[in-house]
Amino acid sequence: MSKAQATRQNDALDFASLRADFPILEQQIHGCPLAYLDSAASAQRPRQVIDAVADYYRNDHANVHRGIHTLSQRATEAYEGARESLRRFINAASTKEIIFTRGTTEAINLVAQAYARPLLQPGDEILLTWMEHHSNIVPWQLVCEQTGAVLKVAPINDRGELELDAWEKLLGDKTRVAAFGHISNALGTINPVHELCAEARRRGIVTVIDGAQALPHVGVDVRSIDCDFYAFSGHKMYGPTGIGVLYGREEILQNMPPWQGGGEMILAVDFEKTVYNELPHKFEAGTPNIAGAIGLGAAVAYLENIGMERIAAHGYELMRQASVALLAVPGLRLIGTAENKTALVSFVVDGVHPHDLGTIADHHGVAIRTGHHCAMPVMERFGLPATARASFGIYSTAAEIDQLVAAVRHAKEVLG
Amino acid sequence: MDLRQLYHDVIVDHNRSPRNFRRPEMVDRVAEGYNPLCGDKLHVYLSVVEGKIADVSFEGSGCAISIASASMMTEALLGMDESEAEALFNEVHRMLTESGFAPDPAKLGKLASLASVREYPTRVKCASLCWHTLLAALNNTGAEAAMVRTE
Repeated sequence: MSKAQATRQNDALDFASLRADFPILEQQIHGCPLAYLDSAASAQRPRQVIDAVADYYRNDHANVHRGIHTLSQRATEAYEGARESLRRFINAASTKEIIFTRGTTEAINLVAQAYARPLLQPGDEILLTWMEHHSNIVPWQLVCEQTGAVLKVAPINDRGELELDAWEKLLGDKTRVAAFGHISNALGTINPVHELCAEARRRGIVTVIDGAQALPHVGVDVRSIDCDFYAFSGHKMYGPTGIGVLYGREEILQNMPPWQGGGEMILAVDFEKTVYNELPHKFEAGTPNIAGAIGLGAAVAYLENIGMERIAAHGYELMRQASVALLAVPGLRLIGTAENKTALVSFVVDGVHPHDLGTIADHHGVAIRTGHHCAMPVMERFGLPATARASFGIYSTAAEIDQLVAAVRHAKEVLG
Repeated sequence: MDLRQLYHDVIVDHNRSPRNFRRPEMVDRVAEGYNPLCGDKLHVYLSVVEGKIADVSFEGSGCAISIASASMMTEALLGMDESEAEALFNEVHRMLTESGFAPDPAKLGKLASLASVREYPTRVKCASLCWHTLLAALNNTGAEAAMVRTE
């Protein structure tokens, strides 16, 4: 055995042992061990995250930034401590740049409404790509309707990769914002975000990255990427639902008006004039999702403990193994075959509709997503109403891929 | 629940070779059904002559449950008058949605093979889409297809 092989085998063993941290995975579905292959929709949580949330509610809960009593201080320290963990995790320059939101969707809506809307003039352009999730399309359509700005969409090729030349040509004098995903949820494609941001920066165009699928699978360094905004969700990176982050460059955030008004985002209010709070609180009106932020901080600690490089290698390896195993099934076609891809496989099978496959797979204990994956333009690009998607997490194993392939073969038998 | 109860031989057969899967040359009444959640889309075409369904066909794409349901529906409807078609819609709808409802095999025939779909709440709309589209077609004497959406 070579040294590299030995390392891979040790890593596989280590990752299998992580499963013990995820109580939900211990169950059986329809009499089969649960193979949870839907982490791109929402990942599961380790005990460490569940316990952090429960411990907070049991011992430390009070409102943040308000009381001078002990519990309020503890809650504030834990909440702001989570913000610092997130800052470190994505290498932002300051915690002023870390705004807690409900998730990626709310983060992108915040940018569209508080950054783009006051700035856009009729005829200005926003550049998207064909592989975007609906949450990186619809907020921009809304702001276009409000301002008379126009959406432009860069094409993707048959492998599901962004056509870089076409994207670059679409960056024009009127382009104000270029928004794109880091990793496609429907295809698994990893976009060259460093290059895209460099090109946009050269032309003074603001970049917004939907990083929902990237945080759980690759190390993200916002200063190295050199983006202006980066949005992501807690629940896809083993944290709680209902919490996410908008990273924004401080100088841009400083100049933006608040998005929502209320408590927490103010320094002084009288009926003549309100003085808004400092960053990041200016964008966090109302009592925030304190427990969610603390749980997300625990998820970050969990991921840092494993190491994002090892996690990235694991996700890539599972994607590769699944691709090879699935392609051995006659009549199966992978949708999305980008050279730079990770952590999921999207596919269709001749004679088996994805929804039937989803039901039959469930009978094998295999949870996969079937449908348009909230990326209807991607489906249209490939001329499909739907695909089946198996997506992997740190707890996913080669045995689960075998279970999936057996389910696909059985579906062909049932419907063939 | 045994998978074979859902994917009954009759359903598999109608999915593999759907009956009356065509667009008629002369369109009398038509409606389009669409389930945006799963992308299932179909057209139901009816020809009503002297109050009776003289021809019924469909076209579209969807899962095995939706194609089989539409295929069996077209077979069952031929020769019915409008009130009989509506009564059959109600019987099928109750079978798909009411727990404890015992479908009458005399009324439903092969359609009774869809009874297990009720145990799969996420799949009920697959089976019912064509039936809602049928109702819209029956009531549509205009030239344009009536639109039905389920989510």
